[in-house]
Amino acid sequence: MRRREFLELPAKSLGGLLLYTLAREPIRLQAQDGTVRVPLRFFTAAEARMVTAACERIFPADDSGPGSTEAGVVIYIDRQLAGPYGRDKYRYTKGPWVESIPEHGNQSKATPREIYRDGIRLLEDFAALPAAQQDAKLRAIEKTPFFQLLRRHTLEGMFSDPLHGGNAGMIGWQLIGYPGPRMSYREEIGKNPGEAWRRKPVSLADSLGHPVTGWEEEKD
Amino acid sequence: MQRLKPVDVVIAGGGWVGLAMAKELAGRTSLSVVVLERGPARRLKDYAAGMDEVDYTLRYRLMQNLAEETTTHRHSTGQSAMPIRQYGSFNPGTGVGGSGEHWGGLAYRYLPDQFRLATVLREKHGRANLPENLAVQDWGVTYDELEPYYWRAEQMMGIGGKAGNLRGQIVEGGNPFEGPRSHEFPNPPHPQTYLVSLFAKAAKELGYHPFPTPAATLSQTYTNPDGITRSGCAYCGYCLRYGCMIGAKAQPTNTLLPLLVKRKNFTLRTGCSVRRVSHRDGKASGVTYVNEAGAEVEQPARVVILASWTLNNNRLLMLSRIGEPYDPSTGKGTLGCNLTHQVSAATPIFLDRPLNGFMGAGGLGVTLADFDGDFGLDPAFGILRGGHIRIASGGEAPIASFGRIPPGETDGSWGSAWKKAAIKWWDRSASITSEAEHLAYRQNYIDLDPTYTDNFGDPLARLTLDWTDHERRQAEMTIKVQGMVAKAMGAKAGNPARRVGAHYSTVEYQSSHVSGGAIAGASPETSVLNPWMQHWRMPNLWVIGASAFPQNSSGNPTMTIMAMAYRAADALVDRYLKHPGALA
Ligand SMILES: Cc1cc2nc3c(=O)[nH]c(=O)nc-3n(C[C@H](O)[C@H](O)[C@H](O)COP(=O)(O)OP(=O)(O)OC[C@H]3O[C@@H](n4cnc5c(N)ncnc54)[C@H](O)[C@@H]3O)c2cc1C
Ligand code: SF4
Repeated sequence: MRRREFLELPAKSLGGLLLYTLAREPIRLQAQDGTVRVPLRFFTAAEARMVTAACERIFPADDSGPGSTEAGVVIYIDRQLAGPYGRDKYRYTKGPWVESIPEHGNQSKATPREIYRDGIRLLEDFAALPAAQQDAKLRAIEKTPFFQLLRRHTLEGMFSDPLHGGNAGMIGWQLIGYPGPRMSYREEIGKNPGEAWRRKPVSLADSLGHPVTGWEEEKD
Repeated sequence: MQRLKPVDVVIAGGGWVGLAMAKELAGRTSLSVVVLERGPARRLKDYAAGMDEVDYTLRYRLMQNLAEETTTHRHSTGQSAMPIRQYGSFNPGTGVGGSGEHWGGLAYRYLPDQFRLATVLREKHGRANLPENLAVQDWGVTYDELEPYYWRAEQMMGIGGKAGNLRGQIVEGGNPFEGPRSHEFPNPPHPQTYLVSLFAKAAKELGYHPFPTPAATLSQTYTNPDGITRSGCAYCGYCLRYGCMIGAKAQPTNTLLPLLVKRKNFTLRTGCSVRRVSHRDGKASGVTYVNEAGAEVEQPARVVILASWTLNNNRLLMLSRIGEPYDPSTGKGTLGCNLTHQVSAATPIFLDRPLNGFMGAGGLGVTLADFDGDFGLDPAFGILRGGHIRIASGGEAPIASFGRIPPGETDGSWGSAWKKAAIKWWDRSASITSEAEHLAYRQNYIDLDPTYTDNFGDPLARLTLDWTDHERRQAEMTIKVQGMVAKAMGAKAGNPARRVGAHYSTVEYQSSHVSGGAIAGASPETSVLNPWMQHWRMPNLWVIGASAFPQNSSGNPTMTIMAMAYRAADALVDRYLKHPGALA
């Protein structure tokens, strides 16, 4: 077993402290002090910092609202890669492996974990670079399977249910106005056409009244 | 191999068809009926924690695990096929209820002329003017013969909608192009959302006839003729690719299973993968399967029913060496012929006002049949058959719906400018979609792959499938109409998704309506099954599902599958059991 690695984040950077009014006006609450230590399952601490920095360029915090660091996207990715998906337990992985035409999709043997491990090598020193140089570096690898996976996972970590580790404080859902999984819209369906129906989001656990574990937590 | 005590009927597959057949047989007779389902059992309470886009939509939690079994594909016989390694153009289901657990519940009937398509096309165009490689056939059963069975399936599920043709009378608000219905729908349509009403209004202004999409997501509390009561839909939006936690969407587990579990003559075994149909001297003698513990088991039976969906219905016949495999170079053999998918296209639209797209249900929408069958075909496109055009408020989840931006608004797909645009347009985009008929051609067929195998070492099903110019022109016609409706809605249209490209692609989802291979027809020379879904050469073997479709229609297949299943069940119970042998 490898040594336990942790991602250390300033508490003020992670979810929950940025709230939206229902009109989607951001209100910044007082920043909290201290650090949050998140145990990592797949990434090393250095890798997690690199991935965090890269995700932040894909989905930056800016004047339109919070970004991937505040949502804890890297935690989502770390858990997905550590679980069965990261090891390609849901993909047909028998050979022979042959490159094919685009209509046959991804025919590469690399698992998501391997794609990340290879891709991260392209990002050495990334976290320390100024934003413009980071963007240039990402543009240069935009067409790689690694970048495409990273981009997809960034959006997943922004907008998935918090049960998977991302979307901390449902910050991604607050950002767009998504109200979370709700049992019923019987009263609302077809009413007030063209008017946005926005509520403070609820998570699946909130809706059900008990915690829910993701598929990635299951033993393979 | 462990050999079990013989039973009367064994059914491979516990989805819509398998459980419907079991319910008819075990409910109406005292025969012992065993259903073997390869996937897990499901309970309603398992669905309670299911409103999660990552596990259910992105990781396909309810579906066949492709690590264990997939399908291979190639465009033509000269090529070697490649395995579909991750989910793409279609999604096979698994587990009790099969795909019927996570379907969308769109519940159309097919047009009457679909069932006589070869005759209709010949009469209309003359044989000489049809493409030489066209393999379209009549089904050996007519719409009128199926109508009572459609009605039975609609009542069982509690389909909501509005009839457009009641016993020959055209009724305002329904689909005026449909075949005559003997009854109004069991339930009214769903209420319209803002998006759906914009589409309906625009389509009407253009002179078309939008009608409520028939839906298996109940529009109100309903008790079916079997006495099963289910509550109306809550529009939670976690519908397509999810099981319904309140049982409002008709699923085999909430309509059929509750009756079956009360029957002493019914047994359901889960985790049991059927690998072969055993047979001797032209008679099936049972099936062999691998059970949950990994042991090989033989289940002898007097009647064998395959209900394992299109691809495994074909594969099990091929692996068991029942019937003559189709050879596209000679046209000999029937098993595997007439493989079809469907011709789908979509135009993204962008609207000024928010849509609350997260509210909805799989079946909530409206459809136009003005371009279906051979209605309203624009001669400029030179096509034989068209399809449905529709819009749905099916329930948008946040990951998939984020990032749709009108063309020209921003380049790139990440970073600050893109993020701003994506936030601005979130919940203001939707798609007008279409599904057109897919004609059968001699070159499209199913056989066994020579290279790739499943987790038991059995060859995978291999699809040899490509588009012709006809499908590309069908898609262009539907895209043209989509664009006109989008404009009339006052929407900005995005670049159409041309899913029917230069070649068939396994990458993007199209529909899970893969059909054919073990087709029904009027003659054993041209089909595998007789019109009652009984194997022409093995009278105690019945093969039921979309595998029996000689070509694919527009719209979704399940009601037609179920109508054919009920008709087969009647033939089995009322005729075959009395005089076992080939039905005439
Ligand atoms: C995402 C999705 C959405 C859909 N939406 C619609 C819709 O809106 N409208 C519509 O009309 N149709 C829809 N469909 C299609 C619909 O689900 C099918 O037409 C219907 O379920 C077919 O019933 P079936 O019994 O033939 O197959 P299924 O319901 O798929 O059942 C087949 C069963 O056989 C089992 N099986 C397979 N092989 C074996 C084996 N070797 N041994 C034992 N068991 C086996 C499978 O595990 C499965 O449970 C949709 C399908 C999908 C996947
Ligand atoms: S939308 Fe309706 S039918 Fe679909 S899962 Fe939700 S409550 Fe059930």
